[in-house]
Amino acid sequence: MTHSQAHAVQPPMGMLAELTHRCPLQCPYCSNPVALERRRQELDTATWQRVFAEAAELGVLQVHLSGGEPALRPDLPELVTACVDAGLYSNLITAGVNIDRPRLETLADAGLDHVQLSFQGATPEVTDHIANMVGAHARKRAFAAEVTALGLPLTLNAVIHRANLHQIDEFVDLAVELGARRLEIAHAQYYGWALVNRAALMPSREQVMEAIERVEAARECLQGRLVIDAVVPDYHARLPKPCMNGWGRQSLNVTPSGKVLPCHAAETIPHLEFWNVVDHGLDDIWYDSPAFNAYRGTDWMPETCQSCERKEIDWGGCRCQALMLTGDAAQMDPVCEKSPYHDDVQTLAVRDASGAPEFTYRRFARTTEGA
Amino acid sequence: MTAIQESDIVRLPRGVRLREDKQRGGWVLLAPERVFQLDGIAQTVVSEVDGERSVGTIIDRLCETYQAPRERIAEDVTTMFAGLVEKRVLEVA
Repeated sequence: MTHSQAHAVQPPMGMLAELTHRCPLQCPYCSNPVALERRRQELDTATWQRVFAEAAELGVLQVHLSGGEPALRPDLPELVTACVDAGLYSNLITAGVNIDRPRLETLADAGLDHVQLSFQGATPEVTDHIANMVGAHARKRAFAAEVTALGLPLTLNAVIHRANLHQIDEFVDLAVELGARRLEIAHAQYYGWALVNRAALMPSREQVMEAIERVEAARECLQGRLVIDAVVPDYHARLPKPCMNGWGRQSLNVTPSGKVLPCHAAETIPHLEFWNVVDHGLDDIWYDSPAFNAYRGTDWMPETCQSCERKEIDWGGCRCQALMLTGDAAQMDPVCEKSPYHDDVQTLAVRDASGAPEFTYRRFARTTEGA
Repeated sequence: MTAIQESDIVRLPRGVRLREDKQRGGWVLLAPERVFQLDGIAQTVVSEVDGERSVGTIIDRLCETYQAPRERIAEDVTTMFAGLVEKRVLEVA
């Protein structure tokens, strides 16, 4: 082992490949950064093919082809083929509004393993409003039918927040009706665009509790028919989420221009140095790049975390959130009840839960250079 | 919990794949946005699933491999399969 870390660093298991930041939807909670990368900055086909081969060599098992909307890349079938050739499990994360039947068949024939389809609401009015696209819901339903007709496994993904939290039962019914094998109910996480829109998205504590109960009830009643995974809301919580299951521990994220990040929000931490796949092999980036080693393991943790029995359960929580809410990325996650900032977060959540309902939709910034 | 009968024929659904994990060692079951790391016994049992053999046949074959009482193996195998069916990574054909 020639790598610089003293203790053994395990290889990653999953890779999120953000093929493009372009997207026909404008969801106000998008996890992409507010400064979106543009088409001319995107990696070419050959570079992505090399990255997939390097990922498999490094130990990655599953690749999540994401965006923006990955289907806006004309070379998507070639990229799926590259994953298949490398032995990687390929998962398409799509809005499902721009893939017609022949294209989907091409992707299935190339060996695509799984489709994750987003639904912004469980009814046309809610989906079209949140995605800011007329007719989005109807297109998604039609796409879901094509996916299951081809025999591809389907997961429905619903990001929930104040404007659609009342639809949990309907999301469950929709997943069953569309033949999904799995439903992901994820509370919005406040980074990037969701942070901009936090006051329009934040639910009250009572709404969160009710949502959790409804998910639990549905899970019990549909056991063996529908797998329901839930991503918990965290501003109202007592314990931090195990963000990414630990920094640089299991997964990595490649942006459209080739920057490799420990998580999709990591660029919000300004002092970190990210390496790019154009200049470095994925192996070097995983083991030796400064950004991946910055908060890896437990050595960086403050004393309260070091002496906590949960330090290898939640891995100190989320670094981006620590920076955002305390001004210091090496602070303990302020969601934790042991954090001196914990009460501030609760106060902020209560304040935002009664904020204005207007969305700032996700868009490319105006520029004199053009997209 | 779904009860598994010895006459059932089980298979891995589309979107679920068994493969070796050379970098970490051992075998894994890859499923939609999940990875199940299998121990040696689980790998042997899941490797028997070919979409044609019945659960009873799989139990018979494992009895020969492990030289253990059939009753014991039958219980372990049906319990494991029922758990996998519940997670939707195995289906009854």
